Order: sequence, then C-alpha cells, then structure tokens
Amino acid sequence: MPDINKIRIIIRKEWAEVFKNRMVIFSVLFMPLLFTAIPLIFLYTMRGTGPADMAGELPSQFSQMCRPGLSGGDCFKVYMVSQFILLYMMIPLIIPVNIAAYSIVGEKTTRSLEPLLATPITTAELLIGKNLAAVIPAVLATWLGFGLFAAGASLLVENQLLLLSFLDSMWLLAIFLVGPLLAVLSVNFSIMVSSRVNDPRVAEQMSAIVIVPVLALFFGQISGFILLDSRLVLIMAAVVLLIDALMVYLAVRLFQRETILTRWK
Amino acid sequence: MIETDNLSKQFGQTLAVDRLTLHIDEGEVFGFLGPNGAGKTTTVRMLTSLIAPTSGSAVVNGFRVGQEDINIRRSIGILTETPGMYDNLSAQFNLEIYARLCEVKDVKGQIEKYLRMLGLWERRDDEAGTFSKGMKQKLAIARALLHEPKILFLDEPTAGLDPEASRLVRDFIAELGTEGRTIVLCTHNLDEADHLCNRIGVFKTQLLVVDTPERLRRQLFGRKVVFHLSSADPGFVKVVAALPIVRDCKAVDNKLIVQLDDPESHNPEIIRALVGAGANIQFVGELRHSLEDVYLQLVKNA
Repeated sequence: MPDINKIRIIIRKEWAEVFKNRMVIFSVLFMPLLFTAIPLIFLYTMRGTGPADMAGELPSQFSQMCRPGLSGGDCFKVYMVSQFILLYMMIPLIIPVNIAAYSIVGEKTTRSLEPLLATPITTAELLIGKNLAAVIPAVLATWLGFGLFAAGASLLVENQLLLLSFLDSMWLLAIFLVGPLLAVLSVNFSIMVSSRVNDPRVAEQMSAIVIVPVLALFFGQISGFILLDSRLVLIMAAVVLLIDALMVYLAVRLFQRETILTRWK
Repeated sequence: MIETDNLSKQFGQTLAVDRLTLHIDEGEVFGFLGPNGAGKTTTVRMLTSLIAPTSGSAVVNGFRVGQEDINIRRSIGILTETPGMYDNLSAQFNLEIYARLCEVKDVKGQIEKYLRMLGLWERRDDEAGTFSKGMKQKLAIARALLHEPKILFLDEPTAGLDPEASRLVRDFIAELGTEGRTIVLCTHNLDEADHLCNRIGVFKTQLLVVDTPERLRRQLFGRKVVFHLSSADPGFVKVVAALPIVRDCKAVDNKLIVQLDDPESHNPEIIRALVGAGANIQFVGELRHSLEDVYLQLVKNA
C-alpha cells in the first residue's frame, strides 16, 4: 500500500517549487477567472429577453435541443454560454501541463531525481504524488471557476429554466467527471513528453497538443457539427478513462528508476 | 556489510560492470577508483538498488538487491555526483523532504544537528540556490546522513570544490569514518582516497585489484629508502649494493635510493655500512610512491 505521508510530502514539495513559478500561478489563477468572466459579461450585456429571431440563426440541431419554454433570445444565450462552458474543459488540460512540465524537467535539469529515487519511496508513491500535485490544482481551479460562473449566472439570470440550462446534468458531468479525467490524461502525457526534453517551455509546448481534442469539440459545437448532450459526455468520459488507463500504464513504464537514470536525457 | 558475487551490468551491447565480486566490511572506508566510464557509478547505483543488475547478486546490509530494495534504501545514504538540491526551496525544507521520505522520527532535531555540524544552521531559511557549490555539497552530505544510515555512498564528494571546502568535506568524511559507518567513496582524487580509505578497489569494467593503498604500493614498487648524503661517492653505492638485504641501489645527485623488503629492520645495517665507508648521512626517509603512481601502473597494466 502506498504511504500517504510520503505522497503528501511529494505534493508539498511540488507545490512549494512550482508555485514559485509565475507561469504556473498565472495559468492556475488567470484561466479560470477569464473563462468565468467572459460568459458572465456576456450574460450581463444580454440581460433582458434579447431578439426572438436570433434562435433561427442557430445550428438546426441545437435549436432542437433548446429547452421548451425558452424564448429565442434565451436559446441564443444557452448556445453562446455553452461554448464558453466548454472552454472550462481546457483548464484541467492546461494547468497540469504547466505543473508537470516544470516539475519533471526541473528535476532533470537540477539532477534532483537521483537522490530522491535513492530514498525509500516507491515508484508508485512518487508517481501518485507528482500526479496529484498537478491534478488537484487543475481540478480545483476548474470547479472553482465553474462554481463562480454558477453563482454569477444565478445573480444575472432571472429565468430559472435558462439557469438550469447552464447547470444541467450534461455540464455537471463534463465539469465534475470528465474534467478530473482530462487532468489525469494531461499530467501523464506531460510526464511522457517531459522525459524526452530538457526545457520546460518545450515540454509545455509539446504537451499542449492534448488540448486539440477539446478545441475540436469547441469548433465542432460552434459549427453545429457536434452537439454535446449527456449521452455524448458519458461516452467522452468512458473514452478519456480508457486513454487515461493507457497513459498511466505508459507513464508508469517510463517512470521506473532505471529508465529515469539511464534513458532520460 | 556489502557483498557482491559476479555482479554484472550490461546496457545494450555495452558491458558496464563485469563480474564484480567484492566484500566490504562494516566500518570500512572503501574507495572505488577507476577512469571515467569504468563502471563506478553503475556499481554504486546497483548497490543502492537504483538500477537492477543484469546478472550476479549483491547483498547490502543484509538485504538482497532486487528483492529488498526498500530496506536497502532505508539503510543507505547517498551523495550523488551533483548535489541535486531544490534550488527554490530553503535549506531546511530541502532536508525536511528527505527526512520525511526516509522516515526520520525526530525530523527537526536531525535537521538541526547536521546543519549545525556542517556550519549551515544560520543559513537554514535561505534558498539552496543561493548557496555556493561547497555549501550545497555540505547540504547534500547532511541530506545523506539525516536518517543515520549504516552505509554511506559518496560519489565524487569534493569534485569542483575549492581547496578550503574540499578540506572541510574531507575532514568531515574522515570523522564519519571514525563513527563506525561503512563508507563507499568514488573519487578521481587519489590523494583523497589515500588519506581516507582503508582499502581501495581499482576498476576498469572489471575489478582489477582490491587492497590497502600501502600494500598496493609495496606490491607494485617495493619499499625504497632514501639516504641523503652530504656528498656522493660511487663507492658508497658499491658498499650498499653488496649487502645481501639490499634488492637494488642507485645514486641520484647526493642521494642513495635503496630498495629493501623490511626497512625497519635493515636501515640500521645500511647506516652502519655507509658510516663505515665514510659517508656523512644528513637524513633518512622512505620514498613513498603516490597512489596516483599505483593507480596509473594498474590501469596501464590492465
């Protein structure tokens, strides 16, 4: 069984180190605030019912999904805000990339991994510690951002049906289930990339490739090509879970003492 | 304390360590010497259970490498070639991380003990990145000792340090040696090995030889005594060379260099012969070959 105390000290060390880096602080604080501010500003400026005929310009599939009882203007708000809520899915992808890149590449460049590996810590404890150190801030930032949005939206939106459209089961599943799964994917992908490079910025740039599927989803939804619903989000969760399992397996293989000491350059 | 039996390590086509069989006793300060790429660091990594041997076996502090790795890592301390400190963290927090990972009971007490011992207590709250190379090395030594390991592996402990810092580190290692810890020292500094090690092992993929520095000197170069005379006379060489106890004798400037098996017993006889022949002896001393001479000879022969 992994020793919780050892995992905890690894997390403490990681946070003490990476949060001295302005880039990491910036990504952890700025992104959730930005993604929260944009839809709230949109809702603020679009207070009132809005033009009823706007709904006609939405992708046809989306109009079909618009809750009964909502006006065309409200449907437009749901459509627009949905795009921004989707951006929350980028937070659990980007923050772990920043943290893991600085954590792993930093250890490589300062050559601090060898003394660390010579302590009675198991590979699993070390990997769990590094994973959690990157996943926890990402997940908390995502949840906090979404929580702020929900609080702000409840103040700005009078129509309860409209508010429920923003906080329906699909988005709750996306934020609270898919979000953490995406963070796990991102951190393990970063570990794999970081093992091959010696510059945290290069690691970040290469790891940033993990946001491509979410961007594809974003553009797919804007264009009306993809329409998210609870069923699709659950399928997404299952797919990401499978990819996570593969990523964790590959990261564990890569995170063996001998591999780190003899192959990580 | 450390026992290896035909321990080997191969990386692809490269044989890094070839059938190493070695025994290091408890309380011994053992030096691993060898050229770059000789397999010293690989051997240390195998003995600290950081990498697995390709074949052969090793037992460290009673625990088998590859089977009881966590127990091995609990009982050893390691100073790696580079200190590998977390530069953004304070000296104290750097040590706290390792103390907790090494399951130290009195974390604060042990940190204070070693920081004071190594003269770093006043700088405990400073980031390790602000430390000089010598201070970082001392901090890394403190880190290796926090859990009071029975066996200490030191890889190039004074590499890149200025003479003052080197002396400090060397004196500290000598002190640790007197505490009964087993110390395995990898170094290119042969003078350091000569001063600190009870025995040395010379590597070049294979273990070429293991013995005390003194015995290796005698085996390779014999024992030589230098007689400083006020003036040289070719007759003195003949007088000394004629003695049955003398293996070889030659004159260099005003000195006679005499090879003997047992200088402690034979010197008085030679002195008597030289004085009898009219020589005026100013000093008598042993010609001591450096460990560097021994090492170069061994590596050359290999």
